[in-house]
Amino acid sequence: MPEIEGVENTGGVIKKFLYLNSKAPYGTVYALEVLEMILISAAFEQDVHVAFVDDGVYQIKRGHDTKGIEMKSFLPTYRALEGYDIEKLYVEKESMEERGLRAEDFIVPVTVTNRLAMSHLIASMDVVLGG
Amino acid sequence: MLHTVNKSPFERNAFKGCLARAQKDSVILLFEDAVYAAIKGTTIESVTVRATQDFKVCVLGPDLKARGYDEGHVVEGVTVVDYGDFVDMVVAYGPVVAWL
Amino acid sequence: MAYELNGKKIEHDEEGYIADVNGWNEDVAKMIADVEGIDMTSEHWEVIHFLREYYNEYQIAPAVRVLTKAVAKKLGPEKGNNKYLYELFPYGPGKQACKIAGLPKPTGCV
Repeated sequence: MPEIEGVENTGGVIKKFLYLNSKAPYGTVYALEVLEMILISAAFEQDVHVAFVDDGVYQIKRGHDTKGIEMKSFLPTYRALEGYDIEKLYVEKESMEERGLRAEDFIVPVTVTNRLAMSHLIASMDVVLGG
Repeated sequence: MLHTVNKSPFERNAFKGCLARAQKDSVILLFEDAVYAAIKGTTIESVTVRATQDFKVCVLGPDLKARGYDEGHVVEGVTVVDYGDFVDMVVAYGPVVAWL
Repeated sequence: MAYELNGKKIEHDEEGYIADVNGWNEDVAKMIADVEGIDMTSEHWEVIHFLREYYNEYQIAPAVRVLTKAVAKKLGPEKGNNKYLYELFPYGPGKQACKIAGLPKPTGCV
């Protein structure tokens, strides 16, 4: 049967969702859980935004090779988000620069946003979920 | 917007992360291990004092008491609230942003 | 729980999704399709192989909406639509086809 049948059309009210990633991948389960929430939320056809701040920016850095730690890499799944129509991805400039990263280091196209703009983005949302 | 923090400022940067990205006049609630951020006499105290100038900072009383502190130990300008207030704040100031 | 195929045990969960995506081959697919009551045609195989490729690339089983769109892009709109895919896999191209393809249950599928 279709997934979450009948729940997809919640009266046509589209809310602005922000998934706020602030943790590094692999060391804790936060990053994985947020990613799963993002995939699940795609079925509800909301206005989804994904932001990376603090160590969260490490989640989408190119070149993860997780074979040695026997965990699934995050990167292929982040590349799949485009197919889920999730294309509003933001990286906080200060967090990126503190860690010696540049926009080209990320596996997916992102909008680099300074901290002030990030605070406006957060404030403009209907729902903020993350870890 | 209501920002909540529940991790100790000595262990994680959730409190600082919240302060860096909350808009002026937002409400910040410290609970669970984040209540240590509200206590006088620590190396975090000056950060919390500054926060009270830009934000309405609250701390959850039951979590304070559980850790051996009460209102007398709390940085000036920080409001001690109970569970009922917490619920009222979610209603009044939501949506909630949880800094973990 | 496990399927048995040529004397080999293939572990699966309570809904029939096999535990190890790498333990899959076409014989396993045929056996699961049998259990599901599906007679595999070349049209079925086309979708199953598409799902395997999708998983290899993205490491997730796609939600049905995403699968439909991706099939349309790769195999054309006459195949990338709900009617065509549900006719092949009546219990859902997400759930049932992923099961036969040896993938996990799609995330977000309830």
